[in-house]
Amino acid sequence: MIVVLALAGGLGAAARFVVDTLVTRRTRSVGVPVGTVVVNATACLLLGALTGWLLGHAGHDGAGAVLGVGFLGGYSTFSTASVEAARLLLAGRGPAAATHALVMLTTSLAASVVGLTLTSP
Amino acid sequence: MAALTPPGTAPGAPGDDTPLALPAGAALVAAGGTLGVLVRALLTSPAGPGAWPWATFVVNVTGSLVLGALLAVLQRGPDVGQRRAVRLVVGTGVLGGFTTYSTFALEVHRLVSTGHVVTGVVYALGSVVLGVAAAGVGIVVAGRVLAARVPSREGHGPGADGATSGTPDGPGTPGASA
Repeated sequence: MIVVLALAGGLGAAARFVVDTLVTRRTRSVGVPVGTVVVNATACLLLGALTGWLLGHAGHDGAGAVLGVGFLGGYSTFSTASVEAARLLLAGRGPAAATHALVMLTTSLAASVVGLTLTSP
Repeated sequence: MAALTPPGTAPGAPGDDTPLALPAGAALVAAGGTLGVLVRALLTSPAGPGAWPWATFVVNVTGSLVLGALLAVLQRGPDVGQRRAVRLVVGTGVLGGFTTYSTFALEVHRLVSTGHVVTGVVYALGSVVLGVAAAGVGIVVAGRVLAARVPSREGHGPGADGATSGTPDGPGTPGASA
């Protein structure tokens, strides 16, 4: 099970790379990295939806862990989010760093709630 | 993962705009991500009701620190070839997969929705603030250590923070600062 979970995590990480690359190519003019925001918000939406679904469907804990801890955990990332904000901060762009971190946090939390609400019994 | 290449560094570096073979990059990231997710899965378990999610907290803050340091080291050269491979496998893959935002957000929601509002808010803001601080420390410390140990060895790009021409203390001071 742990092997399947880890492999799902690898797939999730690859999906993050692809989504981030595609989003970044289309949002160069923004001046602040938004690829990771898109990645983390969609990850939270999906994990919320998965968690809500599992509340009403007992007996799928294994599949839930593979998808939630594995795929979606590998798809989302905290370290890149931190580094992006830290770089803005070190570049003297304090307000942009704070905005980046807060937008990341609030959109991810909101996405989690939306996902949970959509599928909770 | 062009998002990790900050604007303004390494002028003319081809890394950012090179039409990366997406499948090849994704394969490298998947290999690293498998390892990162495996380690996280072995280290973490769901926190009890109302409890501070220590496992995710430590994973996310340390992952931010190490990623900051790694990228600072890699940025001393152009983002091509082996450097890019290491960035994708270890940075985007291992460390990106090791840390998690989705579990973090769900933990915040779980704390708040079960009445542990203060813990949830402190956990949310504390993780983000400490994560950014850890990444900044990683970037700065790795840059300074490298600048002190291998002054201008690469001859490419500016020293990490400028003013890194090395102190003329004497050639043989071992581990002057660590």
